[in-house]
Amino acid sequence: MDFSFTEEQSMLRDTVASYLADNYGFDQRRAALGREPFWRPDVWSAFADELGILGAAFPEALGGLGGGYTENMVVMEELGKALVVEPYLGTVVIGGGFLKHGAPAGAEEMIGQIIAGKAIFAFAYAEPQGRYNIRDLKTTARKDGAGYVLNGHKAVVVGAPYATHLVVTARTGGGQRDAGGVSVFIVPKSAKGVTTRDYPTVDGFRASEVYFENVVLGAEARVGGEGEALPLVEKVMDEAIAATCAEACGVLRRLQEGTVEYTKQRKQFGVPISSFQVLQHRMVDMFIQLEQSISMTYMATIRLSDSDAERAKAASAAKVQIGKACKFVGQNAVQLHGGMGVTDEMAIGHYFKRATMIEGLFGSTDHHLARYEALSLGAAA
Amino acid sequence: MNLDFSPEDNAFRLEVRTFIAENYPRALREKQERDETLSKEDYLSWHRILAQKGWAVPSWPVELGGTGWTPTQKYIWSEEQARADTIGILPFGVSMLAPVLYTFGTEEQKQRFLPGVRDGLVWWCQGYSEPGSGSDLASLKTRAERVTGDDGKEYYIVNGQKTWTTLGQHADWGFFLVRTDPDAKPQSGISFLLIDMKTPGISVRRITTLEGGHEVNDVFLDNVKVPVENRIFHENQGWTCAKALLAHERSGIAGVARSKRGLERLRQMASTELSDAGGALIEDAFFRRKVAELEIDLTALEFTELRTLAGESSGKGPGPESSILKIKGTEIQQRLQELALEAAGHYGAPFLGDAGHNSGIGPNHALGLAGDYFNGRKTSIYGGSNEIQRNIISKMVLGL
Repeated sequence: MDFSFTEEQSMLRDTVASYLADNYGFDQRRAALGREPFWRPDVWSAFADELGILGAAFPEALGGLGGGYTENMVVMEELGKALVVEPYLGTVVIGGGFLKHGAPAGAEEMIGQIIAGKAIFAFAYAEPQGRYNIRDLKTTARKDGAGYVLNGHKAVVVGAPYATHLVVTARTGGGQRDAGGVSVFIVPKSAKGVTTRDYPTVDGFRASEVYFENVVLGAEARVGGEGEALPLVEKVMDEAIAATCAEACGVLRRLQEGTVEYTKQRKQFGVPISSFQVLQHRMVDMFIQLEQSISMTYMATIRLSDSDAERAKAASAAKVQIGKACKFVGQNAVQLHGGMGVTDEMAIGHYFKRATMIEGLFGSTDHHLARYEALSLGAAA
Repeated sequence: MNLDFSPEDNAFRLEVRTFIAENYPRALREKQERDETLSKEDYLSWHRILAQKGWAVPSWPVELGGTGWTPTQKYIWSEEQARADTIGILPFGVSMLAPVLYTFGTEEQKQRFLPGVRDGLVWWCQGYSEPGSGSDLASLKTRAERVTGDDGKEYYIVNGQKTWTTLGQHADWGFFLVRTDPDAKPQSGISFLLIDMKTPGISVRRITTLEGGHEVNDVFLDNVKVPVENRIFHENQGWTCAKALLAHERSGIAGVARSKRGLERLRQMASTELSDAGGALIEDAFFRRKVAELEIDLTALEFTELRTLAGESSGKGPGPESSILKIKGTEIQQRLQELALEAAGHYGAPFLGDAGHNSGIGPNHALGLAGDYFNGRKTSIYGGSNEIQRNIISKMVLGL
């Protein structure tokens, strides 16, 4: 057993942290999110060229740095600390995950484009009716000669406004909620018949409603077996959950530390409010939640390499812990900031908003509790 | 980062498992299965077997009898003990007194006292708390005055009362915090004394706890004469020893492996107990959710402990972070006890004592669950209450 980071992993962390400290301050972020194009392509280019981090988690043979899950964890935690909206999760973790595990035709070239910062991915899996059930799909990919014709509506596709490619789940068979019949396609966003309605999300990210109308896809667009891609989707989703947990640890750390700092400065009744025991104990409980979240993130990240069942159980367990921590730490950070906590001008509220969105990302706390229960305790009555 | 066990680790696990299976006293096992009260000999029998093997004091420095195990081996050790439901080694001598002795004691003191602790020959008890000094331990009043005896030697005359002395009824020796300078600031006038419990003037009085057990005691000290050479570290600097001891006390307190085993038992029990709907209790939507949440909480604690252990192996001793282990560890233990009692339903109520096993009144698995629950409320109170642990984190970690 080993919980240490390699020298390369520590360097990766330092590289990302110092770049973001210099280039991704709260005011810079807020200004960029308030004007076209509502994200920072310059930052993305810097990730690719100046920092070279987009290849950290890809094999050296494909032009990457030979890392994997731990590298994603390290990067995501730093991105969380700065509330970075640029699509590392969608592109490297999710897009990269499908390309690595599904190995469709042209995957190597596409990974090269990811590393170079040219290809950007968003994950179009959710549908208006499906809530967190990833196999509840009305989107269909009808077989047409060697290829497919895609029709459907994907909901709240985070990062789609900046994406060049969409990873889309669709039915090639089976009923609306069946495990069988699920297929995955990589669709260029510029393909004919793809339309989007773009909008901001409450945490400063951007998302789209994505509509597919008779989008013609070649056979090479499919990732994984036809109608058999659900296990692949679950695997990549669990990888995305672990990465999101890491991002959450960065967010939670800022919430916790920011609250400690604020209460040391804020005076009431003639003393810093940090001298009040009731607030001290609240902050200790926030700190414990943070530490437990870090522990679960390590656990889930390490177990991504385990069997499907162990991996899934670990990811859901971590997501439950992180979901609870996001709520507790986020709400109490705002509470302890008093009125300032509910203003738009302080960073703390923006961390709270991201923490709140992470609670529901890839499934709510209840969703993952139910998934964990089924995996650990067997079927319910 | 990885969780891999090396071939050496796996061989070690097998060695430990085999040793326990072949050497754990059968009589003790049967008594545990019948949920009977254990005697002093019961407690010490297993300790002595481990001492013979050289495994009684894994965490001590190797030159004093420690095993030099890696954190992974220690983790395996605690897992295997829990898996086999062995009784724990009593902490008073091995993990509370000993670190103070080998950190602050003289060579002579170490040689005199450590072997008896290691080999399970001497039973130690703790004399810290007083009726008026619980969380505010430094306010303790038990007084030790220095005198020259008729033999020309130096002694302390100790007067006062200690309380909550766990298993003090069996103790041969005790380690005590006493006030040697009543005029100094509370923390500055305390000394750390080792006292032979057979010394005239000591009396031990039973305190019966909620579940009816005899676990804790009052200890009265009435003009107890203690040779000055029984003092550890400098006069009036016993608080330094006391604090070091408390950090060690906390680090072992998480009880992760035991809680994992407890959870396994709970799940077993909930698969035989029935829900109102007639299915297994574990299939009941409300009950299973509570079990799942507890299991997840325990997983988080396990990895927090592993991270702490990894930190210790890289040279950091148990720091104030060990307070997290104490808080979460005891919360989880209590939650387990709560759910077990809940799972027992009606048969949580009978109060049968040592005669309960196979009495035909309720299932054996329900025996003692209420007692465990009532007794278990102590865990968030002892070793520095969980509120005091929050004060420690607040001050030492968050800098508030």
